[in-house]
Amino acid sequence: MSAPYLEIKGLKKTYNLKPILRGIDIVLDQGKCMALLGANGAGKTTLLRILACLTKPVAGTAGIGGLDIGQDVQQVRLLVGFVGHQPNLYDELTGLENLLFFGRMYAVKNARERAVTLLQQVGLARRSNERVGTLSRGQLQRLSLARALLHSPRLLLLDEPDAGLDDEGIELLEALIREHTGQGGTTLFSTHNFERAVKYSDQICMLSGGRVVYHQVSNDLEAGSVRLAYEEALR
Amino acid sequence: MALVKREAIIEHGAAKDGPNKRDTRFSVVSILLGSLSLIGMMVSIWMIFLYAPMDAIQGNPQRIFYFHVPLAWLGMLGFVIVAIAGIGYLVKKDERWDWAARASAELGAFFITLALITGSIWGRTIWGTWWTWDARLTTTLILWFMYIGYLMLRSYMGRTSASARAGAVLAIIGVIDVPIIYESVNWWRTLHPTAEVGVQGALPPSVVLTLMVSLTTFTLLYSFLMIQLYQLQRAQTLAQQLRASIE
Amino acid sequence: MTFLSQIQAILWKDIRCELRSKQTWMSMGLFALLVLVIFNFAFDLRVDNKAAIAPGALWVAFVFASLLGLGRTITSEQEKGSMDRLMLCPVDRKAIYLAKLLGNILFISVVEIIALPIFAALFAVPLFTGELLPIVLLGTIGIATIGTLFSAIAAATQARELLLPLLVFPLIVPVVIGAVRATGALMASSVNEPPWLGMMLAFDVIFLSVSLLTFEYVIED
Repeated sequence: MSAPYLEIKGLKKTYNLKPILRGIDIVLDQGKCMALLGANGAGKTTLLRILACLTKPVAGTAGIGGLDIGQDVQQVRLLVGFVGHQPNLYDELTGLENLLFFGRMYAVKNARERAVTLLQQVGLARRSNERVGTLSRGQLQRLSLARALLHSPRLLLLDEPDAGLDDEGIELLEALIREHTGQGGTTLFSTHNFERAVKYSDQICMLSGGRVVYHQVSNDLEAGSVRLAYEEALR
Repeated sequence: MALVKREAIIEHGAAKDGPNKRDTRFSVVSILLGSLSLIGMMVSIWMIFLYAPMDAIQGNPQRIFYFHVPLAWLGMLGFVIVAIAGIGYLVKKDERWDWAARASAELGAFFITLALITGSIWGRTIWGTWWTWDARLTTTLILWFMYIGYLMLRSYMGRTSASARAGAVLAIIGVIDVPIIYESVNWWRTLHPTAEVGVQGALPPSVVLTLMVSLTTFTLLYSFLMIQLYQLQRAQTLAQQLRASIE
Repeated sequence: MTFLSQIQAILWKDIRCELRSKQTWMSMGLFALLVLVIFNFAFDLRVDNKAAIAPGALWVAFVFASLLGLGRTITSEQEKGSMDRLMLCPVDRKAIYLAKLLGNILFISVVEIIALPIFAALFAVPLFTGELLPIVLLGTIGIATIGTLFSAIAAATQARELLLPLLVFPLIVPVVIGAVRATGALMASSVNEPPWLGMMLAFDVIFLSVSLLTFEYVIED
């Protein structure tokens, strides 16, 4: 059995002396998709941000594709595509200019072609030359997905990617994740929607109070039973 | 249920340097330093006022020199310690280095303030003005601003690792800058010489001896206070950790 | 070469964003002008004491105008308080520092280009000698080097408008002394003038190196 693609051991994080993550252990194989559930403040966003190398843990390790987030930070950043609560785009630049800029940052080959293709894929081709500041919430989310996929990351980290998307956007999200998985990519996403969690993912993991309280394979899982487990964890 | 959970958190939350029985009393080193400082202070005061000769030109007010020099010297040293502790924190990422940095910053700021005040008083007695822009006083004033900037920055940023890192960088830049500042003000002053606060010429042995004794005493006092402030920093961090884990 | 390419990309991105938002450049230029005009009234420059006051007035105007702009390159990078969008990228943090530094030098230079001719006119001072250029260059680099590093530090705090000058002013004292004296020496030559330019160059080199080394500690979470 080959080593898992994502390996998190004993990850701890405190912020302002307040513990947010109290020891997380998660293992995810390559090509798999995991859904992260949990109440607000449970630590989902913090965990995703640590994996995206935006912040450092106070203890524990995380390995991504054999690389360590502590030692090989810049290489990990190259492997990871992150969608967070902010669109992480520049308001004064157009959609295309944004993608070209990030293309330079990630040293993407044939950046312009790739950017144009992605913009078409997320349905923003016609608005690609307008300033990002004028886009709607849903359009920003799509562009943010495009930005995350630009450099063909091996690991997708999505923090509530379904927030702000209309039905068409949700379908697009599903298609993008499927395509990513089809190409052997690994995905970790957080959501509050139990149906989507069960539908998109191979595994479900629930956080509460900074710890993993529930971990199941999602194949035969019903959204209802997950909801029950969630309410149980909240008590 | 909630109470048991809380105690467990407190147990777990106590740092590797956690509270223990020792904390309620002074350590041996502390007592030693404290007593030596006290004895040293008594000896120094006797020497400064009774043993050291009166200055022919400046008269009795010159005795401020024996206070001003050690205070200024330790104020400078304090900033160097903040910088070294800062480098230690950046390299080791152990917050105990940061406790030392904060302690030295508070203490050093206090000593530099006293150095400024004694320097100003001394200048007043020699030249009749409360301030003169000579190289030493000016650099001391700028160092004072750096201390205040450091303390304000740490205060605004709180007890986070970002705060510790920011403080370390400020101290490192500052400590490298101080000699450059001194030289540039010196060059500036050679073009417009001004009243200087200091002692000129060769110093008789009794003066040197008194100065050395005073310097040693103040250094002992500095070390003693440094330990107390370090322990205070440690206590403050622990208290904040406890508070955070309960909320 | 990716390093240089990234510096250029970030710098170009900053310039484009700033041009499109139109906020900073104009206010900085106008501010510098305003300070000079006020100085004219405040200092009542007659021919005899002009040489003494004018360099000081000029550099005070530059320093204050710089402080306005210094915060911008860093705060414009923040999107609701975080610099995630740039920090996510696998770009060397030294490259970020250099890009921001160059941006700041550029901004301050624009102010200087506007202010200098006006200064020369207002105070009837002949300033268009080539010797002024190295002084202005070294002085600007000195202020910007320290300022860029500390604007990253102050950006994390609430009281950054107050904190940034408080932190920066003491540190740039050698540069200000040197620039003012060197400018003064141009206007009214004096003998035995210390090597101000050499000192400013040393200052710039030393603090550029230290800033490059320490920037990542300040900007990473």
